[in-house]
Amino acid sequence: MKKVLLLAALAAGATGTAFAQASDTIAKAKATGSVTMGVRESSGALSYTLGDGKYAGFHVEICQRILAELEKQVGRKLDVKYQAVTSQNRIPLVQNGTVDIECGSTTNNAARAKDVGFLNTTYVEEVRIAVKANSGINSIAQLNGKTVATTTGTTSVQHLRKHERANGVDFKEVFGKDHADSFLMLESGRADAFVMDGSILAGNIANAKNPADFKIVGEVINVEPIAIMIRKDDAGLKKLGNDVIAGLIKSGEMNKLWDKWFLQPIPPKNIKIGLALSESTKAAWANPNDKPMEDYAKK
Amino acid sequence: MAWKWQVFCKETTTGETVTGCFGRGGDETYLNWIVSAWGWTLTVSLLALVVALVAGLAIGTIRTLPDRPWVVRFGNAWVELFRNIPLLVQIFLWYFVIPGIFPVMRDVPSIVLVVMALGMFTSARIAEQVRAGIQALPRGQRYAGLALGLSTWQTYRYVLLPMALRIIIPPMTSESMNIMKNSSVAFAVSITELTFFAMQSGEETAAPVEMYLAVTVLYALSAFVINRIMAFIESRTRVPGFVAAGGMAGGH
Repeated sequence: MKKVLLLAALAAGATGTAFAQASDTIAKAKATGSVTMGVRESSGALSYTLGDGKYAGFHVEICQRILAELEKQVGRKLDVKYQAVTSQNRIPLVQNGTVDIECGSTTNNAARAKDVGFLNTTYVEEVRIAVKANSGINSIAQLNGKTVATTTGTTSVQHLRKHERANGVDFKEVFGKDHADSFLMLESGRADAFVMDGSILAGNIANAKNPADFKIVGEVINVEPIAIMIRKDDAGLKKLGNDVIAGLIKSGEMNKLWDKWFLQPIPPKNIKIGLALSESTKAAWANPNDKPMEDYAKK
Repeated sequence: MAWKWQVFCKETTTGETVTGCFGRGGDETYLNWIVSAWGWTLTVSLLALVVALVAGLAIGTIRTLPDRPWVVRFGNAWVELFRNIPLLVQIFLWYFVIPGIFPVMRDVPSIVLVVMALGMFTSARIAEQVRAGIQALPRGQRYAGLALGLSTWQTYRYVLLPMALRIIIPPMTSESMNIMKNSSVAFAVSITELTFFAMQSGEETAAPVEMYLAVTVLYALSAFVINRIMAFIESRTRVPGFVAAGGMAGGH
């Protein structure tokens, strides 16, 4: 009986230290020799699976650079584990320590910044409109009386609603359960336009049966800073990550990474996304910052 | 964890907290929204239940008709078709595939398509229960009806169906509750019901746990109300001495 108590006490002690280290990834990596990277199954060229537990993408590659630097600082070989996350579970998983660094497609906004930390913005997403090439639609104003598709559980739904109220544009909204369904609505004629993050639109068009049938048009509906997510108060990892990002920008390697993931054919299908580097992303690289989405809207 | 229930008082476009939690003059709070989403859930479920009961009763009955092999085969085919395809796939068939084949279906509102999909899916299950209920009756009841000079239609109307429908109320209760829960797939074809609300508002407010909990309570509450209504119907339609109350005392 005493042995059991002793074991219980030891276990409690061990978890206690684990909690103490919970928000310090560098110390945790030093102690455990492993680090967990949160990735997405299908967040366009930012983070996606190649199948068989392998993940790739623009953000995944930046994270791999950061973890390589972390390995140097820790001074021991690190076992990098990949953990697939979803929109619904990514924040809790980062908060509770299951995931140390999330390399998906998470928008940095004020509400999230209360719960988690963000590295400097590496990618600025522009919400755009995709239409059929022969539809004659070129702007938001022309969506009046049309049917607009977007995906359930995305911020685009909110932007559409705001635009509808602010500009008095009256359109009917339909919601796909995921991006593939929303795109199918556009393709099958259920919707006249698909409003979503530019990279997702470009990716869906690139994968369509006939990419020339679709085009991305109109003004930028919203810009959202997308950043790599870490635990709040993890100052060590934040500094390390931001230094790596600054280094990539300075050496021009960030441009090369963009070229590799967005302009060249990428695995597994060797299809080109074909999304040019936007002005907003260039601006974020020129002045590295971790401003949330709300600060972009004020401009 | 700290609960953030006050998100329900926030306006959905500006994010400002509204006093009294219900938006006025075109303003909509998350509380307004969840109420309207609940309305959509109830609308879809109840309409689909009507479709399911009407179709299920008809198909289940014709599957027991004597000397009508082709009608019986049609009934069997109906049941096998609608119960062997997953509900989500059926919804997409109604939404994308059928309008692709028949262009006239393109302008049909998605709520009609969802009600048809959910209703047909459930009708197969109800038809099976109706058939089981009729076949559970002693053969003598059918013969007695015919011996009295009733036509087949009259035998069903006055003898078989009133008995069979009473027997199958308990499984029908489950089915009615299932339709409420299955209506959650309607979000897949842009019905803004409770599951849609939970996914969307969770993303917007960064409080997905609160949103899912609220939605869970509403689903459970709705299904339980259906359960109570069915229990009431069961107790009011009971024929003393036939379907035993309490279960253990032997049946019809």
